[in-house]
Amino acid sequence: MNELPILSILILLPIVGIFFMTLIRNNNDQSSNNLKHTALWISFLNFLISLYLLFSFNQQDADFQFEERYFWIEYGISYHLGVDGISILFIVLTTMLVPICILASYDSIKFSVKEYLIAFLALETFMIGVFCSLDLVLFYLFFEGGLIPMFLIIGIWGGERRVYSTFKFFLYTLAGSVFMLLAIIYIFITAGTTDVSYLLDYNFTRNEQIVLWLAFFASFMVKIPMWPFHTWLPDAHVEAPTAGSVILAGVLLKMAGYGFIRFSIGFFPDASELFAPLIFALSIVAIIVTSLIALVQEDMKKLIAYSSVAHMGFVTLGIFTFTVQGIEGSVIQMISHGIVSAALFLCVGVVYDRLHTREISRYGGLVSKMPMYAFTFMIFILASLGLPGTSGFVGEFLVLLSIFSINTYFAVFATTGVVLAATYSLWLYRRMIFGALIKDDLSEMLDLTRREIIIFVPLITLTIFIGIYPKPVIDIIEPSAKKIVSQVNGKLN
Amino acid sequence: MIHSIVILPLLGFLIACTLSFFKSNAFIDRLAEIITCTFIVLAAFFSFYIFIDNIGNPSIVSLKLFTWIESGSFSADWSIYLDSVTSVMLVVITSVSALVHVYSIGYMSHDDSKPRFMGYLSLFTFAMIMLVTADNFLQLFFGWEGVGLASYLLIGFWYKKPTANAAAIKAFIVNRVGDFGLALGIFTIFIVFGSIEYENVFNSAAKFSDTQFAFIGYEIHALTLICIFLFIGAMGKSAQLFLHTWLPDAMEGPTPVSALIHAATMVTAGVFLVVRCSPLFDLAPIAMDFVVVIGASTAFFAATIGLVQNDIKKVIAYSTCSQLGYMFVAAGLGAYGVAMFHLFTHAFFKALLFLGAGSVIHAVHEEQDIRKMGGISNFIPITQVMMIIGTISLMGFPFTSGYYSKDAIIETAYLSNSNFADYAYILLTIGVVMTSFYSWRLMFLVFNGKTRMAEENYRKVHESSSIMLIPLMILAIGALFFGFIFKSYFIGYNSDEFWNGSIVLHHEDHHNIPLLIYYLPAILGVVGFFIAWMMYLRKSNIAKNIAELNKPLYNFLLNKWYFDELYNMVLVKPAIGIGKLFWKLIDGYIIDGFGPNGLASLVSRISSRTKQIQSGFIYHYAFAILIGLSLIITLIIFRF
Repeated sequence: MNELPILSILILLPIVGIFFMTLIRNNNDQSSNNLKHTALWISFLNFLISLYLLFSFNQQDADFQFEERYFWIEYGISYHLGVDGISILFIVLTTMLVPICILASYDSIKFSVKEYLIAFLALETFMIGVFCSLDLVLFYLFFEGGLIPMFLIIGIWGGERRVYSTFKFFLYTLAGSVFMLLAIIYIFITAGTTDVSYLLDYNFTRNEQIVLWLAFFASFMVKIPMWPFHTWLPDAHVEAPTAGSVILAGVLLKMAGYGFIRFSIGFFPDASELFAPLIFALSIVAIIVTSLIALVQEDMKKLIAYSSVAHMGFVTLGIFTFTVQGIEGSVIQMISHGIVSAALFLCVGVVYDRLHTREISRYGGLVSKMPMYAFTFMIFILASLGLPGTSGFVGEFLVLLSIFSINTYFAVFATTGVVLAATYSLWLYRRMIFGALIKDDLSEMLDLTRREIIIFVPLITLTIFIGIYPKPVIDIIEPSAKKIVSQVNGKLN
Repeated sequence: MIHSIVILPLLGFLIACTLSFFKSNAFIDRLAEIITCTFIVLAAFFSFYIFIDNIGNPSIVSLKLFTWIESGSFSADWSIYLDSVTSVMLVVITSVSALVHVYSIGYMSHDDSKPRFMGYLSLFTFAMIMLVTADNFLQLFFGWEGVGLASYLLIGFWYKKPTANAAAIKAFIVNRVGDFGLALGIFTIFIVFGSIEYENVFNSAAKFSDTQFAFIGYEIHALTLICIFLFIGAMGKSAQLFLHTWLPDAMEGPTPVSALIHAATMVTAGVFLVVRCSPLFDLAPIAMDFVVVIGASTAFFAATIGLVQNDIKKVIAYSTCSQLGYMFVAAGLGAYGVAMFHLFTHAFFKALLFLGAGSVIHAVHEEQDIRKMGGISNFIPITQVMMIIGTISLMGFPFTSGYYSKDAIIETAYLSNSNFADYAYILLTIGVVMTSFYSWRLMFLVFNGKTRMAEENYRKVHESSSIMLIPLMILAIGALFFGFIFKSYFIGYNSDEFWNGSIVLHHEDHHNIPLLIYYLPAILGVVGFFIAWMMYLRKSNIAKNIAELNKPLYNFLLNKWYFDELYNMVLVKPAIGIGKLFWKLIDGYIIDGFGPNGLASLVSRISSRTKQIQSGFIYHYAFAILIGLSLIITLIIFRF
C-alpha cells in the first residue's frame, strides 16, 4: 500500500492529458499538430508506465497485485483496484493500441481534431479502469462509461450511416448491461458488498447463480458479441473511423471476454457449468455461420468484423471448458485477436485513406504498387487464419485442444472453422492484393509511409514473437488461470 | 552441423525476402541467387554427410531448442530430432532443393522478381526441414502448414494470372481440410497419451493398444481413430483420392516449384507421416486397411486420368499422385521401409521429369500443350536423354532406381495377406501398364513425330543453358543408380541396422515369388511402351479413333472423373449460398428485423399513437376528465 498507486496513475494520466489539451487552442494546422503530439506522448507515456507495471509484476503470485482500496460510496462499495496475470495483459494491450490509434488518425481525421483526441484519451481511461476494477460498481461505471466516447467517435467521425450505427451500438450494449446493473444491485443487497475479491469466495445459492449468471451473460454476450446478438458489430465497424474500429475490435470486445472469466465463472460456477453447453452451441454457430457470412462480404471492414465474431467464438469456447488450457488459450486468443484484428483494420485504413472506399471489388493487384503493404497485410491475414508460427495459432490450438477434451462433437465443428477462416481470409487477400493491376485509380497508389511503417512494425513483431515463443505470455497467465480453474472446480465439487 | 541444416534455409529466406523489397536490379538479383543457392547447397552437403555417417554408425540425435507452447500439462518444444527416417528425408529435401535452386537461376532468368522466388523456395525448404526434424506432433504441424504456405505462395507466384491465384487458394484450402484431420489426430493423441512427443507416444503405443476412445458418441479403438485422423492429414498433403484436386491445379506455379514441392518433397510428407507413426499404425489394422484402399485406388485412378491429359505438367502431376498411391500401399501393408525407398527414388526421377519438362517448356516458348509440340528431339537432345532416363526409371525398367522400389511394392502386395492386398495388387499391376503408357505417350508426343508447332516458333527451339542441364544430369544419376546402391539398406539385408528402430520392420521372404510375378511388372512396362509406340508413332490415328469410339469414357477421364464439378456443386456453392442466406435473411431480416430495428420501429409506432392523445385542446382533456370521473363514480356506486 505504500507503493506508488500505479494503477490509479494509469487511469488518471489520460485525464490529465485531456486537461492540458483543453488549454491548447485548435484553430490552425500547427496547433492541431500540437494537439496530436500531446495526445500521442501522453498515451505513449501511459504505455511505458504499463510496461513498468508488467515488469514489476510478480509472475509467481496468483493473487491480485498492486491493490488500492479507498472508501468510496458507502461501506461495501469501494474504489478497489488490482491486477492479476490475466487483466494485466489487457491493460498493456490497451495502452499499446491507443498510441497506435492516435498515430493512425494523424491524417485521416480532418475536423474537430481536439474533441476526437479527447474522446480517445477518455476512452483509454475507461478501458484501463475496466481491467483493473476489483469492485463491481466501479467495473460497471467504467464498462458503461466507455460507451460514451465510443458513441461519439462513431457518431461524429464515422461514415455515412454513422448515426444509425452508433445508436444501434450504444442502445444494444446498454440494453444488455441494464440486466447486469440489476444483478449488481442484487449482489450488493444479498452479499452486502460488491468487492470482487470478497465475492470470489462467496457462495451464491444455485438459483441465485442461475439468475445472476443470465443477467451478466446478457451484457457480455452482446458485447463480445455472440451469435445472434452480433449484428451491431459489423455496422459499428463499417461506420467507425479506422482508429475506432481498432479499439472496438482490439479492446472493447475483450472486456466481455474478461468479464466472462472474472465474473461469470468466478462468481457463478454452478450456473456456468449448467449453461456451458448453451455457450458452446452458440459459439459453434458463431464460428461456422459468421465465417460463411464473411465469405460473401463485399465490404472489407464487414468481412473482418464478421471474422471477429468467429474468433470470439473460440474465446467463449475456451473459457467455459474450465480447463487451464482453455482459459489460457482464450486469453491468448483475445490478446492475439487484439493485435491482429487491430492490424487488419489498420490495413484497411491504409487503403481507405488513399482510395476512400471499402468495397473489395474496387481493389486488385495492389502488390504491384504496394509491396510492403502486401507483405504486412499477408502477415496479418496468416495470423488471422491461425497459421502456426503466428499468435493466432497458439490461442486457437489451446482452445480446440481443451474443447476436444471436454466434448468431441463441439470440437469437430469448431475445428471446421479453421478451414473456413483460411477460405475467407485468402479470398479477401487475393481480391485486393493479387491479380493484374488494371483499375486506373489504383495506379497512383503509394506504398506505406514512414508513419504507417512505425505503426505496423510493433504489431508484426508481436504477432510473430507470440507465435513462436508465447512462453513469456503464458507464464504470466498461468498462475491466475490455474487459480481460477482450481477455484471453480473447488466450488463445483 | 545439424543446426545449420535448419538455419541456413531460414537465413536464405530472410535475406532474399529483404532483398526483394529493394528496387530490382541485376546485382540484387544475383546476390539473392548466390546467397540462397550457396546456403542450400551447403545444407545439402551436410545432409549427405549425416546420411552417409548414419549408414556407418546409426544413431539418434535429439536436441531441444526452446519451449514453444506450454500450458497446464501440455507441452511442445522447438526441437531437432534426427534418426534414420529424418536423415533420408533430409537428403531428399536438401539435395532436390539445392538442384532446384540452381536450376531456377536459369529457368527464372527472365522473371523480374527473382529474390522473391528464391526466398520462397528457401522458405519452403526451411518449413519442410522443420517438418521432418520435429520431435513432437506440434512442430510437425508447424512444418506441415508452413510447407502449405510456401506452396500457396509459389503456386501463386505469378500473381497476375487469375488461374494461378485460384490454384494457390485451392491448394491451401484443400490442404487445410487435411490439416483439420491432422489437428484432430493431435488432439486425440494428447488426450490418450497425455503427451505429443514422439518418444513418449511411440514407446507407450503398445500399452494403449486396447484403449477405447469416446468420439462423437461412439466408443472407438483409440489408435485406429488416431491413425485415421493422421491419415486424413496425409491424404491432403499427398493428394490422395478425394483430396487430390489441388495437385493438378498446382501446376500453375513455375516448373521448378512443381519439381521441388509437388513431386519430390512436400507431397511425400504424407507418406513420411505414416512411416514416422509406424509404431501407431502397426497396432491399428483397420486404419492400415484404409491406407491400402485409398493408396491403391489413387494409384489406379490418377493413372487413368494421366492417360488422356494434354498438359505436359499435368500428366506428370497425375503420375505423381499415382506414385504416391503406390507408396501408401506399401506403408499400409506394413512395409514402411519399402514406402520410404520408393519415396527416395521417386524424388529423384520425378524431379528429373519435371525439370526436364521445364526445359522443354522453355525450349518451345512457354507452351505446355503436348498436342502443340512434337519433332523437337534433334533440337534438345540432352533434355530428351534426361527425360528418357526419368521415364524408364518411372516405368520401372530393370536396374533403374524405380525398378527396385516399385517392384518391391508390387511384390509386397502380392505376398501380403492383408485384407485388401489382392485389391491393391491388381490395381497396382494395371497401374504399371498405364504408367508406362502415359509416360511414353508424353515422350513421343513431345519429342517425336512431325511437329505440330507453329513454323516461326519451331525454328527457334533451343536447348537450355548448362545451369539448367547440370541439375538434370545430377538427378539422372540418382534416377539411375540410387536404387541399386541403397537397396540393401532400405529394404535388404542391412535394413535392420540402417533403420535402427526408427520404423517398424516386418521381414518378408521375397524368395518364394513365382518367376512370372517377379518379371510381370517389367514385362507390363514394356507392353505399355509398345502400345504407346503403336498409337502415337506408328499410326497416329489410332488414338483419335479410340477416343471417338469411347467418347463418354474419354470425357470422363479428360474431366478428371468430374471431381471438381462435384465439389463445386456440393461444397462451394452451398457454402456461398448459406453465407448469403444467413447474412441477408437471418442477420438482416430476422435478427435485425425483429431485434434492434423492429424494437426501434415498435417504439416509434407506439409513441406516435400515444402522442395523438396529447392534442393540446382543452376540451379534449376536459372530455377525458369527465369520462374518467364518471367511470370512477360508477365503480364506487356499484361497489357499495
